[in-house]
Amino acid sequence: MIELKELTANGLWKNNPALVQLLGLCPLLAVTGSFVNALGLGLATMLVLVGSNISVSLIRNAVSDAVKLPAFVMIIASFTTGTELLMQAFTYELYQILGIFIPLIVTNCSILGRADAFASKNPILPSAIDGFMMGLGFMIALLLIGATREILGNGTLFANMHLLFGEVARDWQLSLFGDSYKGFLVAVLPPGAFLVAGLLIALKNTIDAQIEKRQAAKRVVIKGAKRVRTTGNVT
Amino acid sequence: MTFLRITSPHTTRAGTAGSVMQTVIIACTPGLVALTLSFGIGSIINTLLTALFCLAFEAVCLKLRGRPLAFYLKDYSALVTAVLLGLALPPYAPWWIVAVGSFFAIVVAKQMYGGLGFNPFNPAMVGYVVLLISFPVEMTRWTLDIAALPEGIKHPDLLQALTLVFVGADSVLVDGYTAATPLDVLKQNNSLTLDTLYSTEPVFSSARWAGAGWEWVNLAFLAGGVYLLYKKVFTWHAPVAMLLAITLMAALFYDGGSSTSTGSPLFHLLSGATMFGAFFIITDPVSSAVSTRGRLIYGACIGILVFVIRAWGNYPDAIAFAVLLMNFAAPFIDYYTLPRTYGHEKSRSGRVK
Repeated sequence: MIELKELTANGLWKNNPALVQLLGLCPLLAVTGSFVNALGLGLATMLVLVGSNISVSLIRNAVSDAVKLPAFVMIIASFTTGTELLMQAFTYELYQILGIFIPLIVTNCSILGRADAFASKNPILPSAIDGFMMGLGFMIALLLIGATREILGNGTLFANMHLLFGEVARDWQLSLFGDSYKGFLVAVLPPGAFLVAGLLIALKNTIDAQIEKRQAAKRVVIKGAKRVRTTGNVT
Repeated sequence: MTFLRITSPHTTRAGTAGSVMQTVIIACTPGLVALTLSFGIGSIINTLLTALFCLAFEAVCLKLRGRPLAFYLKDYSALVTAVLLGLALPPYAPWWIVAVGSFFAIVVAKQMYGGLGFNPFNPAMVGYVVLLISFPVEMTRWTLDIAALPEGIKHPDLLQALTLVFVGADSVLVDGYTAATPLDVLKQNNSLTLDTLYSTEPVFSSARWAGAGWEWVNLAFLAGGVYLLYKKVFTWHAPVAMLLAITLMAALFYDGGSSTSTGSPLFHLLSGATMFGAFFIITDPVSSAVSTRGRLIYGACIGILVFVIRAWGNYPDAIAFAVLLMNFAAPFIDYYTLPRTYGHEKSRSGRVK
């Protein structure tokens, strides 16, 4: 299970598609105006990512290098179309809000990237886990940005959740600052996406630097002479 | 941090960043006085508040970044940003507007990029634009000129002004002192000829040339700008290019005052933030183009953009947007307008080698 741990750490933190690889920035910046939009797109992307990773892993020995990329793109496009149809059927309003960004999941580099870099070289189970963790990492980044922008821009959180979860979720909305909050409009507008995403990346890098510092402090430096082996193999 | 003049005859005394900034602040005084005479005490309160917030944010940022406080605060650059932002904000703006604007100007637009000299955008204009697109209601509530006020309505006095700023507009019932600015009136005009507008609208009927109050504010900023030119704080290229471009554009599209007229050249020169922008904003040495030819292009493009947005855009005034757009383009302009080095040939295309 060491592999699972590593895949999780990679997807969620070390190699997070949104914050480290900086892939899929177009939907990341465009649809994170509110929590529900971010969640909708995050789930759709995750679904496509897991599906395409499994399929690519299944056919990895059957396709030659020459037709590898077209095959991957076909698979991703099929899953995206499937997701799009599902959203049309069950969350039609959200589908209309997200608009062009649902079909554009095809062009999300992190999906093709995972298919090529991981799924085409690994068996089914690790590929599926990798797809899930990468999707989750992407979704968490989307949600953080979406929540921050919604809170700053409208003073609310979880507004319009009924678009995704049906009528029960209609009153999930939290008003954080009361009704007199003016709404910091720039957070919901495109510049806000860049600002919040940039600050989030900076925050992650700061945390990484802190961890690195702490580990460096823990590392014990042994002073004094050491025997250096100059011949033979060290085992 | 010294700006040495390298051409001979060598000046005996090098101007520091601090002394240049002090001159700019001094040159702002006529504008501030004109604003106060026309629109009441609001602009002074704005400027004091922005100064307080900007210096505080600057100090906190410097502390966080581990830089020497006294050295950087003494270059007055934060204070200049504060004064420019304070002059640009509408009088009697609520205190939290001022705080948010100062935060974006100093923390986001300046210190996050590395402090004075590293900011690609004019900090005061970033603060202004963030406020304008975030809080359009508060940011477009401009005061009427003192001569255009209706019977029996006065500008808020000091106490009322402080209540407006710190408590909010609802608690003091002295409305009626705000109205659309001349540029607003012209933009929203859809059936009247300019002559009718000038005789019916109070902002125009009490004005001498362009718009009540605004003409004097613009002339005051022009005076401050001429003082800065005399002090050689910047060269004439960018402001003159910008003003010429606005005049030319306005003259080209001026149709003699029909109901869809975009206004006369004189109206555009003496309205909104034209002179303030020309002499105090686009001459920012950090975010503008550097070469002489570059400054001419930079200024002219800003002038054209200002007129285009004023005439056909969604916003009545456009100095901030035009300046930010051209700040983007400044490195590009510099790249293609590098002066030819003596002894080198001019390259036939593109960049000077």
